[in-house]
Amino acid sequence: MADLSTTFAGIKSPNPFWLASAPPTDKAYNVVRAYKEGWGGVVWKTLGEDGPPVVNVSGPRYGAIHSQDRRVYGFNNIELITDRPLAVNLQEIKQVKRDWPDRALVVSLMVPCTEESWKAILPVVEETGCDGIELNFGCPHGMSERGMGSAVGQVPEYVEMVTRWCKQHSRMPVIVKLTPNVSDIRKPAEAAMRGGADAVSLINTINSLMGVDIDTMMPLPSTGGYATHGGYCGAAVKPISLNMVSEIARTPATRNLSISGIGGIETWRDAVEYIALGAGNVQVCTAAMVYGFRVVKEMITGLSDYMDAKCYRSIEDMRGLAVPKMTDWQYLNLDYVAKAKINQDLCIQCGRCHISCEDTSHQAISSEKDGVRHFEVREEDCVGCNLCVLVCPVENCITLESKPEGSIDIRTGYEVKGHRTWLEHPNNPGATNPKPPAGKYVGAQHVEKHADFCSEPAE
Amino acid sequence: MSASSDIASGRLPAATLAENFADIHAPLDRFEARVAAERCLFCYDAPCVKACPTTIDIPLFIRQIASGNPVGSAKTILDQNIMGGMCARVCPTETLCEEACVRNAAEGNPVEIGRLQRFATDTLMQSGKQVFHRAPPTGKSIAVVGGGPAGLACAHRLAKLGHDVTLFEASEKLGGLNEFGIAAYKSTDDFAAREVAFILSIGGIKVETGKRLGRDIALSHLMADYDAVFLGMGLGGTNTLDLGEEPAGVIDAVEYIAQLRQSTDLASLPVGRRVVVIGGGMTAIDIASQIKRLGAEEVTIVYRRGQDRMNASTYEQHLAQTDGVLIRTWGKPVRLHGVGGHLTSVEIEHTREVDGKLVGTGETYTLPCDQLFKAIGQTLLADELEASGIAIKGGRIVVDVNRQTSLAGVWAGGDCVAGGDDLTVSAVADGRDAAMAIHASLKAAASAVA
Ligand SMILES: Cc1cc2nc3c(=O)[nH]c(=O)nc-3n(C[C@H](O)[C@H](O)[C@H](O)COP(=O)(O)OP(=O)(O)OC[C@H]3O[C@@H](n4cnc5c(N)ncnc54)[C@H](O)[C@@H]3O)c2cc1C
Ligand SMILES: Cc1cc2nc3c(=O)[nH]c(=O)nc-3n(C[C@H](O)[C@H](O)[C@H](O)COP(=O)(O)O)c2cc1C
Ligand code: SF4
Ligand code: SF4
Ligand code: SF4
Repeated sequence: MADLSTTFAGIKSPNPFWLASAPPTDKAYNVVRAYKEGWGGVVWKTLGEDGPPVVNVSGPRYGAIHSQDRRVYGFNNIELITDRPLAVNLQEIKQVKRDWPDRALVVSLMVPCTEESWKAILPVVEETGCDGIELNFGCPHGMSERGMGSAVGQVPEYVEMVTRWCKQHSRMPVIVKLTPNVSDIRKPAEAAMRGGADAVSLINTINSLMGVDIDTMMPLPSTGGYATHGGYCGAAVKPISLNMVSEIARTPATRNLSISGIGGIETWRDAVEYIALGAGNVQVCTAAMVYGFRVVKEMITGLSDYMDAKCYRSIEDMRGLAVPKMTDWQYLNLDYVAKAKINQDLCIQCGRCHISCEDTSHQAISSEKDGVRHFEVREEDCVGCNLCVLVCPVENCITLESKPEGSIDIRTGYEVKGHRTWLEHPNNPGATNPKPPAGKYVGAQHVEKHADFCSEPAE
Repeated sequence: MSASSDIASGRLPAATLAENFADIHAPLDRFEARVAAERCLFCYDAPCVKACPTTIDIPLFIRQIASGNPVGSAKTILDQNIMGGMCARVCPTETLCEEACVRNAAEGNPVEIGRLQRFATDTLMQSGKQVFHRAPPTGKSIAVVGGGPAGLACAHRLAKLGHDVTLFEASEKLGGLNEFGIAAYKSTDDFAAREVAFILSIGGIKVETGKRLGRDIALSHLMADYDAVFLGMGLGGTNTLDLGEEPAGVIDAVEYIAQLRQSTDLASLPVGRRVVVIGGGMTAIDIASQIKRLGAEEVTIVYRRGQDRMNASTYEQHLAQTDGVLIRTWGKPVRLHGVGGHLTSVEIEHTREVDGKLVGTGETYTLPCDQLFKAIGQTLLADELEASGIAIKGGRIVVDVNRQTSLAGVWAGGDCVAGGDDLTVSAVADGRDAAMAIHASLKAAASAVA
C-alpha cells in the first residue's frame, strides 16, 4: 500500500490532506471532529492580536454559485479572522495538539504590520506546542481595509519583512499564505523566500461579487441593506490556483520552495493534480464546508488506490511530475498538427459540434451526408482547436488525433514534420533565426479560404 | 338485472376512486423543472422538433425554463401549438418528440419534454396573462365547424390574424374529445374547459353551441355567408361489431368515456365485474384502464392481431397492463351470449394472418363477461357532407397539403380528414396550418382585387 504520509515544511502528517484556515478549524470542537474523520492536519482559523476580538456580520456572510441542481460550484465569504478571544484559542490549540500528537496543527496569524505586534504574538503561539505558523497575507476583504491580509500580500516588500520578523522571533516553521489578487504570483513568492519562509501556501480567496438579485437590485451576498466584495473559493477557482502553483514550481528562483496547494479541492483527483504541479500537500476549505468532514475518507482512499494503481510509493514519488511539461506559449511547437475525429458509434447526433464550429470557429464539421443527418470533421478545415471535443456531450466521442510525422496536413498543404516555435517562425518579425518549414509543400485544398492561417510562402 | 350478469355502481370507495383518477403524471415543480431542463443539450436542428407534429422549438422552450423564464417558454410553445397545455398531457411523447430525443442514444432516457411543456404552459395559465394579441381587423369572417382541437386551433390562429370567426359546435360544450374523450386521469381539474376559455380569451371568436352542420346549418349556406369555411368535426360515428342484435351490456366505448368525463360522481357509473374490450387503439386501452380503475375485477382486451400492431403505443399498453388489464391477441368476437337480454359471455375466434389478410381459424373460446366495450374505430358522419359533393375517400374528407378540400373556399383538418394520425397534436397542427392557408388565400384574393 502506498505511503500517504508527508513531511511538509518539517511538519509531519499521516496524509497530505489538511483543512485550510477557515470556519472548519475555528475551534477545538471542529478540529477534533476533523481529526476523528481522518484529516492529516489543520491550519487553525486565523488568530489576531490580543484585545477585543473582531466582530463579524450576523446577516449572510456567504454566497454561492449553484448548478441547476444546486451543487455548489463557487463559494464566497465576507468573514473576518476568528472572532473568539485569543486566550481561548491558544488554550484549545494547546490541548488539541497534546491530544492529537500525530496530526499536524499549524496556526494561522494576522496582526498589524509592525514588528512589536508580531513579537507579541509569536511567543504565545509557540508556547502552545503547535507545529508551525501560517501567515495570512491573503484575506481580501475586511481585514485588508485595516492594512492586513491581502494589503500585505500585495506588497512583496512587506511579505519579506514580516516573514523575516517571524523567522527571527520564533523557531517555528513559517508558511506564507499568498493572495491571488496580484498580477504576478512569483513576486510575493520570491519575497517570502527571501524573508526565509519554509513554504508558501496558495491560494487564499479571490476578490468577488456573487451576483445581483435582479428583483431587488441588491448585489449578493448582502447584509442589512448593503453588500461588499468577498473572497471567492470552491471548485470554480481551481484552474486559477493551479496556474499560480505551477508558476512558482517552474520558475528557477522559486522552484525549491515547498508549496501547499489550496483552492477548489473537492476530491482526491484535484489533490493529485496539485501534487503533480509541485505541491507537497493540499488544504481544503469549501468541500468540507459543503459536505462535512467525511469527504476526507473519499480523498484518502482515492489517493491511496490511485497511487497503488500507478505504483507511486510515496507522495514525493509523484510530486512535480507535470511541472517540466509547463512552458511559455512561445516555446510551443507550431509544426505539431492534430485533427478532430468523431467516433460515429458513440455520436448521438446532437449537432452541437457542428453548430459551434460553424458559427464560431472554422466551419469544419458537416451536418449531413447523402441527405441524412451525420456529423463528420472535414480535415481540410479543422485547425485542431478542441472546441468540438469540449462541447460534445458524449465523453471521448470526439478526440484530437495527432497527425504522424510525414503525413500531409491538407488544410495547409504542408507535410507534418519538424519542430518550430514562434521564436523560429518566419511570420515572427522578431525571429532571430527563422526556419522554413521542414516538411514539403504539396498544395492546400483550401488555400484561398484559409489564406490567413497559412501565410507560408508556397514553394 | 339478471342473476347471471353482475353490473354495479360504486364498486370502490370514493377515496380510492379519487386516487385512481388523479393526475397520472404529477406536474413538475420549479426545481424539478430546472433540473429536468438542464438535461436538454440544445441540439442543433433538433430531432425532437422534427418529431413534433406542431414543430415546437423544443430546445428553445426548455432553455427558457432553465433560465427562469417559464412564461416566455410557454409563449414559444403556444406560438406553434395553442393546445400546448393539453398536448403536454395527452401526447404519446414516447412515439413523438421524446422518442427522437438524442438523450435516448446517450443514456436510454429522453429529456422529459412533455412534462417540461406542461410546467411552462401551466405557469402561464396560472398567471392568467394573455400573451396573444389580435392583428388589426381584416373585415373577413370565417366559419369554423367543430369545437375540438382542430377547430379551436384554426379559430385561434384566424382570430389572431385579425379575422372574425364564428365557431359552430353541435354539442353544448366546446373541446371535442379533449372534453369528452381523453382519459380522465390525463386531463384533471377541468383542464380541457380551462384551456378552451384561455383560447377564446383572445377575442374575435363567436361561439354557437348546439349548432350541428347538416341539422341546424348547411355547408352551402356557410359557403355563401362566410369568406371561408373550416371543417373540424372529428369522427362522430363508431364502427359496429356486426354480430346481430346486441344484448344490454354491450357498450360503445367512446360514449361511455364521454359519460365518465362528464360525471360529477364516478361512483354512479355502472361497472361490470368481468369486462371485455374489443379493439387495439387508444380508445381500447383507455376504456380498459378506466373501467379497471372504476373497480372492474377482470378486464380483458381482445385484439385481432399481435400486440406490436396495436395502435396504442407500447407505453400505453404497459400502463394498462400495470393497471391489471389482460391483453389477449389474435382473436375476434364471433358471438354474443346473453340471458334475459343481458350479456353473459362473448365467444372469441382465434385469428391469424395469411398473406397479409386476417382470417379466423375456426377455433373459439368463451370469455364470460358482464360488459363488453366496442372500441373498434370511429367513422365520419358523412351524410351531412355528401350533398355538398365534397371529395371523400376511405370515409374521410380529402385535403391537399394546405388542408384545402375539393370545394373552393372550404378547408378541413383533424380526425375528419384522410391521412392523419388521429392525435390531438395533429389536429392542432391541421387547424393552425389551415388557418394560415385561409389567411394566405384571403390576402391573395384581396390584393388581386386591389
Ligand atoms: C377515447 C379516446 C382517447 C384518445 N386519447 C388520446 C390521447 O391520449 N392522445 C392523443 O393525442 N389523442 C387521443 N385521442 C385522439 C384525439 O382525441 C383526436 O385525434 C382529436 O380530438 C381530434 O380532434 P378533432 O378536432 O379533429 O376532433 P374532435 O375532438 O372529435 O372534435 C370534433 C368536434 O366537432 C363537433 N362536431 C361533430 N360533428 C359536428 C357537426 N356536424 N356540426 C358541428 N359540430 C360537430 C364535435 O361535437 C366535437 O366537438 C383519443 C381519442 C379517443 C376517442
Ligand atoms: C468562510 C471562509 C473563511 C475563511 N477564512 C480564512 C481565514 O481566516 N484565514 C485564511 O487564511 N483563509 C481563510 N479562508 C480561505 C481558505 O482558507 C482557502 O484559502 C480558500 O477558501 C480556498 O480553498 P477552497 O477552495 O478549498 O475553499 C476562508 C475561506 C472561507 C470560505
Ligand atoms: S448554517 Fe447554521 S448558522 Fe448558518 S444560517 Fe444556517 S442554521 Fe444559521
Ligand atoms: S457533439 Fe458529439 S454527439 Fe453531438 S453530433 Fe457532434 S460528435 Fe455527435
Ligand atoms: S433532442 Fe432532446 S436533448 Fe436535443 S434538443 Fe431535443 S429535447 Fe433537447
